Amino acid sequence: MNAPTTQIPATARHPMVELTLARLRIFFREPGAVFWTFGFPLVLAIALGIAFRNRPPEPVRVAVESPRLLDALAPSTGVQPRLYDDAAARLALRTGKVDLIVLDGTPITYRFDPTRPESRLARALTDAALHPRGKPDTLDAPVTEPGSRYIDFLIPGLIGMTIMSSGLWGIGYVVVEMRVGKLLKRLVATPMSRPQFLLSFVMMRAFFLLLELPILLGSGFFLFRVGVAGSLPLLVAVSLLGAIAFAGVGLLVASRAQNLQTAAGLVNLVMMPMFVASGVFFSTARFPESVQPFLRALPLTALNDAMRAVMIDGAGVRGIASEILVLALTAAISFAAALRLFRWR
Amino acid sequence: MDTQSAALRCEKLVKKYGELTAVDGLDLEVRRGECFGLLGPNGAGKTTTVEILEGLSDPTAGSVEVLGMRWDRDPRALRQQLGISLQETHLPDKLTVEETLRLFRSFFERGRPIDEVLGMVELHDKRKTWTTKLSGGQKQRLAVACALVSDPELLFLDEPTTGLDPQSRRQLWDVVLGFKARGRSVLLTTHYMDEAERLCDRVAIVDKGRVIRLGTPRELIASLGGQQVVELATEQPLRPEDLAALPGVHGARPDGDGIALTVSELHLSLPAVLDRVEALGLTRLSTHHATLEDVFVTLTGRHLRE
Repeated sequence: MNAPTTQIPATARHPMVELTLARLRIFFREPGAVFWTFGFPLVLAIALGIAFRNRPPEPVRVAVESPRLLDALAPSTGVQPRLYDDAAARLALRTGKVDLIVLDGTPITYRFDPTRPESRLARALTDAALHPRGKPDTLDAPVTEPGSRYIDFLIPGLIGMTIMSSGLWGIGYVVVEMRVGKLLKRLVATPMSRPQFLLSFVMMRAFFLLLELPILLGSGFFLFRVGVAGSLPLLVAVSLLGAIAFAGVGLLVASRAQNLQTAAGLVNLVMMPMFVASGVFFSTARFPESVQPFLRALPLTALNDAMRAVMIDGAGVRGIASEILVLALTAAISFAAALRLFRWR
Repeated sequence: MDTQSAALRCEKLVKKYGELTAVDGLDLEVRRGECFGLLGPNGAGKTTTVEILEGLSDPTAGSVEVLGMRWDRDPRALRQQLGISLQETHLPDKLTVEETLRLFRSFFERGRPIDEVLGMVELHDKRKTWTTKLSGGQKQRLAVACALVSDPELLFLDEPTTGLDPQSRRQLWDVVLGFKARGRSVLLTTHYMDEAERLCDRVAIVDKGRVIRLGTPRELIASLGGQQVVELATEQPLRPEDLAALPGVHGARPDGDGIALTVSELHLSLPAVLDRVEALGLTRLSTHHATLEDVFVTLTGRHLRE
């Protein structure tokens, strides 16, 4: 009993402070959780950024069977001709080594699979190279400007997705673990305020967001030159609102589950539709007009749309008012419902 | 706060889960400053009863009064004054002992300094240790410490030493005795006889959701009529009735493959018993001081561990 006895303050801190501190400590002492929250989105952004980086157009590969055609196509930059004999050319086409076979004669014959888009492209390019009709009267404008590349679309979506998944996993899993270990029951045996307990999870998520956001925005900027066209404070505010909304959804998902399997199933059930349909990897515009109102009501759609509006289009508060409303309603309704439904034992 | 009333009183408590009746008209009164034990086998309804008394579940019928208050009227005031340790609570693995106690302390308006509580449960040198690195006994003392941070009037302990080694059990008993020495009240459940005899001023023996006997451990043991128990077995068949009339024998019952006798004067009974069974071939003979276990077996015909 010779331990120092002076370090502990005699007065107790506010329970909200202690609850939030406990959440943060438990999180940061779990290396796996730290990676999934901070590291994984970063890895994903880098991998997707590399996979979808803007490249110069690749020339189409074409098989020819006469030296005359080889010479005729050689100057063309968009077509890469190679000389094959007949059998080798057919094999190359079948195995996808070339997209098109050009047979000399009058007229010239193109052999290709019309269901393969790259073959149709190869046919068009080759035809243009062999039959120049003067200068083309259109001009191709290649798209490489920041703001309209895939990575510009992707980064806001990844931020939205991260906010959703860390809200649902980070809260849903932890809450159910506490229920399984009867810690929830033990806590409600004290005078602890139940709303404060639930609120401590929202606080935790808000705090983490302020760490996650610079990592994601920073890597987007330094690796891919993805900037923020609009107001940075507005972007922070929108993502904070998103984090709070998904913290509420996380609490709701975890409010009754009695074991970790059920919790994991529920989390996936809630997240999967939004992964696909809320415009993380591709625009929601690809879905039919009839389902658009439902998609717009999804919190992740609202968050992604608002993030893109601020980051890409430089929208102000008014431009994203409906998205803000969806997120605020999600937060309020899910938190109130979680408080009502929550099973403490 | 009404200091004249009992620390805890419940009357005609009933708890049903569908068809199953877990608690079946149970009456209890815990006096101020006393350590009261609910003793019974697993499934007797001890935990269900305690959770109703702790305000964690509602009774199907019956009334509960804790520290002169009722759960439906003063839940907040009651929570402030109770210390509760549940049967098994998985405290956060990666919080230290001190952080865990500070968290629990923050929920209460008043309480004891964390340092004092650490001293009471002898975890001072573990204050910076994560819960997951504590031994079973240390974890259990931390769980009890979480119940002590509020400096409660009444402490509930549900099977506090189940699964602990003998040394850890004794350390925990010292914590409870220290708490009681400060004039506070304790309600504990246990299925360990020695624990009830060591800690409890009074014991209620619970079976099938009812109190079947109530008294001090000494009274309950005295109710057997004798202070000593003789256990024996023979090669030839022998019935309890054959020994019941011997001098000093107050009771005889079958016990496993043999017979158990309750006797008041061993020096009179033992020679008579030996004389009676001599021709039958004695295979086993032992004597011990009567315990609450013997009381339970006498009352129910079953052992507590069954």
